Amino acid sequence: MEQSIEAKRNNVGLKLKEFDIEGYTSSVRRRDKIFEIVGLLSTFLVLLFLFAISVDLLIDGWSRIKDPNFYKSYPSRFPEEAGFLSSWVGTIYVMAGAIFWAVVLGIPAGIYLEEYGGKGKIARIIEANISNLAAVPSIVYGLLALGVFVYRFKFGESVLTAGLTLGLLMLPVVVVATRESIRRIPRSIREAAYALGATRWETLLHHILPYSLGGIFTGLIIAASRAIGETAPLITIGALTFIAFLPPAPWEDFFGMLMSPFTVIPIQMYNWVSRPQEAFHTNAAAAGFILLVIALLMNSVAFYLRFKVRRKYQW
Amino acid sequence: MTLSIEAKKVIDFGVFLFLLFMGAVSVLVTFAIVWVLVVDTVRFFTHPEGGGFPTSLLRFFTETQWTPTFYNKQIGIWPLVNGTFLIAFISMVVAVPLGILVAVYLSEYASWKVRETVKPWLDFLEAVPTVVYGYFALLFITPLLQKMLEPFGIPVEGMNALSPGIVIGVMILPYTASMIEDAFKGVPQYLREASYSLGASKLRTALFVVLPAAKSGVLSAYLLGFSRAIGETMVVAVAAGMYPQLTANPLEPIQTITGYIVQVALGDLPFNSFEYLSIFAAGFMLFVITLILNSVAVYLKSKAVGY
Repeated sequence: MEQSIEAKRNNVGLKLKEFDIEGYTSSVRRRDKIFEIVGLLSTFLVLLFLFAISVDLLIDGWSRIKDPNFYKSYPSRFPEEAGFLSSWVGTIYVMAGAIFWAVVLGIPAGIYLEEYGGKGKIARIIEANISNLAAVPSIVYGLLALGVFVYRFKFGESVLTAGLTLGLLMLPVVVVATRESIRRIPRSIREAAYALGATRWETLLHHILPYSLGGIFTGLIIAASRAIGETAPLITIGALTFIAFLPPAPWEDFFGMLMSPFTVIPIQMYNWVSRPQEAFHTNAAAAGFILLVIALLMNSVAFYLRFKVRRKYQW
Repeated sequence: MTLSIEAKKVIDFGVFLFLLFMGAVSVLVTFAIVWVLVVDTVRFFTHPEGGGFPTSLLRFFTETQWTPTFYNKQIGIWPLVNGTFLIAFISMVVAVPLGILVAVYLSEYASWKVRETVKPWLDFLEAVPTVVYGYFALLFITPLLQKMLEPFGIPVEGMNALSPGIVIGVMILPYTASMIEDAFKGVPQYLREASYSLGASKLRTALFVVLPAAKSGVLSAYLLGFSRAIGETMVVAVAAGMYPQLTANPLEPIQTITGYIVQVALGDLPFNSFEYLSIFAAGFMLFVITLILNSVAVYLKSKAVGY
C-alpha cells in the first residue's frame, strides 16, 4: 500500500510499452502449430501401431501363410504339420449361429424400441438395459454361457452354445444399428403409408424395413467382425483347442452339428501363442494375420455399404 | 391378397407382441447374467472348502493370497484386484494423454479430408481381435522393452504388467477418442466463435473453452475406457503371466481377474467344484467393478450441460 497511485500507473505504462505484440502473436501461432503437429504425430503413432501389428504378424507368419497345407490340416504336435482346418470351419459354423441369434433377437428389439416403444416405461427399461449390456465385459458373457447354457440347459461345449454366446455379445450393437437406421426415416413416409390405409405392420414390412436394411446390415457386419475375434467368452465355456475332426455338415446331421465340439481361429491362435516352442508362434502369427485380414475385409464391406446407403437415401 | 380389417388388426397385434417379446429377451439376458453370478457366488461362499458362509467372506476380503486351485486354498481377492487395476492404470497412462491429443486434433484441427481418411482406420483398430493384441504384447512389445530397459540394469520378465498395459492403452484409445470427439461435437460452434473473436488462438479455444465445456463427456469417456481396460481378457491372459501377487511393480508377472477366469476355464472344470465356483466369485467382483464405473460414466454424461 506504500506505492502511490502515480507509481502504479507508471509501472503499468512501462509494461505496456515493453509488451511486444508481434512477438506475442507469433509465439501464440508457433504454439498452435506445435500442438497441431503433436496431434498429427500422436494420431499417426496410433496408426503406426496398427501397421506394426500387421507387419509383425506378416513377417513372423509368412512361412505358414503361404503354405497351402496350413489351411488343409488339423492341429498337431508338430508345428510344421499343424494347420487350422478345424478352427476356420468351426469359425464359420459358430459365426453363422451368432449372426442368426443376433438377427432374430436384435432386429425385432430395435424395431420395437424405435417404432412402438416411444417414451413408455417398458421401452425405457429395455433401452437402459441394452446400454448396460453393451458395457459388460465379454468374459462375463462367457460365465453366463458356462453357468446357463453349458450346465443348466445341458447344451455342453458345443457349436450351439458358442453361437448363442457370441449372438448375445453382438446383440447391443445390432439393436443400436437398427434403431439408428430406422430413426433416419422421416415421419412423412410413415404418415403417407397410414394415410393410404396401411396398418402398422404393413408400413413396417413394406417401408421401414426395406429402407433401413442397409444400415442394419452395416451394423451387423461390424458386430460380426468384432465377434469373430472374440476369444475370452469361448474359452470360458470350455471350447477345446485340440479338435482333429470337423463338425458334421448341417445338411447331413443338423443337430449333430449343433451339438458338436468345436474350436475357432482365435482360440487356436491363443493355444499356439501360449506354447513355449517358437515354431508354434509362427503358426499363431499366421492365424493372427488371417484374422486381421478377415476383420479388415468385413470392416471395408461395412464402410462401403454405409457409404452406399447414405448416397441412396437422402431424405 | 386382401385381408379383412379384423384379420389385419389381429396380425398387427401379433407383430407388436412378437417385437415386444424379442425386446424383453435382452432384459432376460441381463437377469440371467446377474442370477448366474449371484447364485454361484453364494455357492462359492457357502462351499465347505472356503470355510462356510461368514468365514469365507471374511477370508475373501482379508487374506492376501489367491490360490483356490491349490491344495492349500487361500481366497483373498486383493492380488487379482491389484493386478487388474495395475494393468488398467498403466493403460490409462497411455490412453489419457493420447486420447485427448487425438480427439482435439481430429475435432478441432484436422481438415475434413484427414479426418475422413483417419477415422475408418481408427474404427478398424477397434475390430482387431484382442488375442492378436496379446500376441503383439508378448512377442513384440515385451522384447522391445527388454532391449530398451535392460542396458540400464532394469530386469524385465518375459511376462509383465507393463507391456499388456501399454497395448491395452492403445487398444481402448479409438473408443475413448471417438467418445471425446462426440463430447466436443456437442459444444456449440458459437462458443468457439466467441473465443476466436476475443482473439484467442485455436489451441487456447480448444483447451480453455471447448474442453471445459465438454468436461463431463470427456470424463465419462475416460471412465468407460477404464472399465474396458478392466474387463479386457486376452491381452492379459497371453502377456501378463499367471502369478497373482500384491505388487505395484509393472515389470513383474501378475494376474488379473479376467486372466484367472481364463486360466481356470482352460482346465477341466467339474460342475460345482470349488474351482468352478471361484471363477464366478471372481467374475462377480469384475461385474460389480465395471457396473459401478459404467453407472458413474452414464451419470456424468447425463449431467453434461446442454447448450
